[in-house]
Amino acid sequence: MKGAVIDEVALVMTDDDTVATALADLEAGRELPVDGVDRCERDSVTLREDVPFGHKVALTAMASGDPVYKYGEVIGEAAATIDPGEWVHTHNCESRRGRGDVQEGEA
Amino acid sequence: MPEFTGYRRDDGRIGVRNRVAVLPTSVTASPIAEAIAAEADASVRATPHQMGTSQPDRAREQTERTLAGTGRNPNVGAALVVELGTETIAADDVADRIARSGKPVETLSIRAAGGTRAAVDRGAEVAAALADEIEEARRETADASELVFAVECGGSDATSGIAANPAVGEACDRLVEDGGTACFSETPEFIGAEHILAGRCADDEVRERLLERVDVREDMAALMGVDMRGAQPSPGNQEGGLTTIEEKSLGAISKGGTTPVRGIVDYADDLPVGGGLVLMDTPGYDVESVTGKVAGGAQVVAFTTGRGSTTGNPIAPVIKVTGNPGTWDEMANNMDVNASTVIEGDSLSTVGERVYDALLSVADGKRTAAERRRLEEFAINEIQPNELGELRGEAI
Repeated sequence: MKGAVIDEVALVMTDDDTVATALADLEAGRELPVDGVDRCERDSVTLREDVPFGHKVALTAMASGDPVYKYGEVIGEAAATIDPGEWVHTHNCESRRGRGDVQEGEA
Repeated sequence: MPEFTGYRRDDGRIGVRNRVAVLPTSVTASPIAEAIAAEADASVRATPHQMGTSQPDRAREQTERTLAGTGRNPNVGAALVVELGTETIAADDVADRIARSGKPVETLSIRAAGGTRAAVDRGAEVAAALADEIEEARRETADASELVFAVECGGSDATSGIAANPAVGEACDRLVEDGGTACFSETPEFIGAEHILAGRCADDEVRERLLERVDVREDMAALMGVDMRGAQPSPGNQEGGLTTIEEKSLGAISKGGTTPVRGIVDYADDLPVGGGLVLMDTPGYDVESVTGKVAGGAQVVAFTTGRGSTTGNPIAPVIKVTGNPGTWDEMANNMDVNASTVIEGDSLSTVGERVYDALLSVADGKRTAAERRRLEEFAINEIQPNELGELRGEAI
């Protein structure tokens, strides 16, 4: 796995990811240059809200039900519409593999 | 091909340390084993633990397997097995299993020796003689392909999954490319990412076995009233930014690297040399999990931590890797590799190379922070086979 650090404050783990991880406490309004990130169809993402250290920020627009990618893998799905620059956490992203979601016999 | 120097054993394996292991067969023999190690030579190490007096068969077998495997670890040049003399695990049985590797093994019965004081005196004498015997061993050049490298994580935070774990994973990938074995474990931490691991299994047999082990661990947790999928990530993990169990587990498995899963072995079972990436089915408890992998033959362990850890092992050096710059500063005298430079823009490949270099130099004899401070823990996992068997409808 290869990571790319954006502006010394956020980390994208793979080119397929739709979220970046904050490497510092980031404040709303901050611009992240994302022109080097394949998945992004824009040059920069503006933070719509504060994103604390270790938390995730959306790099792309996601509709409710869309997969959320980190580490190049699906870590859950959007539970609401998510705009680029939004904080992504338990309020708008849900596990696909929590008990009850797993099909009988799948695991 | 990267090389290091180590001690060639009669069974062909190569040790990176030259220890005498003093292995108690039970909790009652443990303080005697510790006293023997304290009185004998500096190369003598005890492995005190809480098991072995009266355990159900399957649990006892696991304890015996762990002790025998620890004695067979190539870092051990000679072993002394100590019993009180009333245990279900006999020192002779453990010693026989160790002796098959060709190394010198002695036994000591506390009852037969004439009680604790006499046993400590006699044991220290025997251990010192064994230390003399193996002191003649000289390091010789060995190939990285002969390394069995175990990886573990504990005290995780947001930096573990983005810096320390993938950096150690890079080192695992390099070792596997060079022909060695990398092993990660802690089955409860696969849960949520087992589908990814299952997709990376080398064949159907490994895949089925992996998924079966995940099922069993979930059943064991359920016995204790824990719903592993419902309880993860923990509130602390969530505060640190982990949103789903998939995210947490993906961060955890990244410390094994990205190569195919070649096999999965039981707790404390032999790990193959030159086997690529192999998993071991262990609990999530750090010290018990490290003990299992060292019993499986791992010569060196890497331990990633975000919030900090001091743990070591009496038989294998433990390299501490942190991705948290604060922990690197605050616990400098417990840490070996700084992976937090990823946060300043170092590539994971660069940091992974640093971990791999640390692995080779520690194998070559460089002492880790835990070794310098003699921080050594040993604990054998306890299983409750009766309850588990009942749950699964199996005959005991």
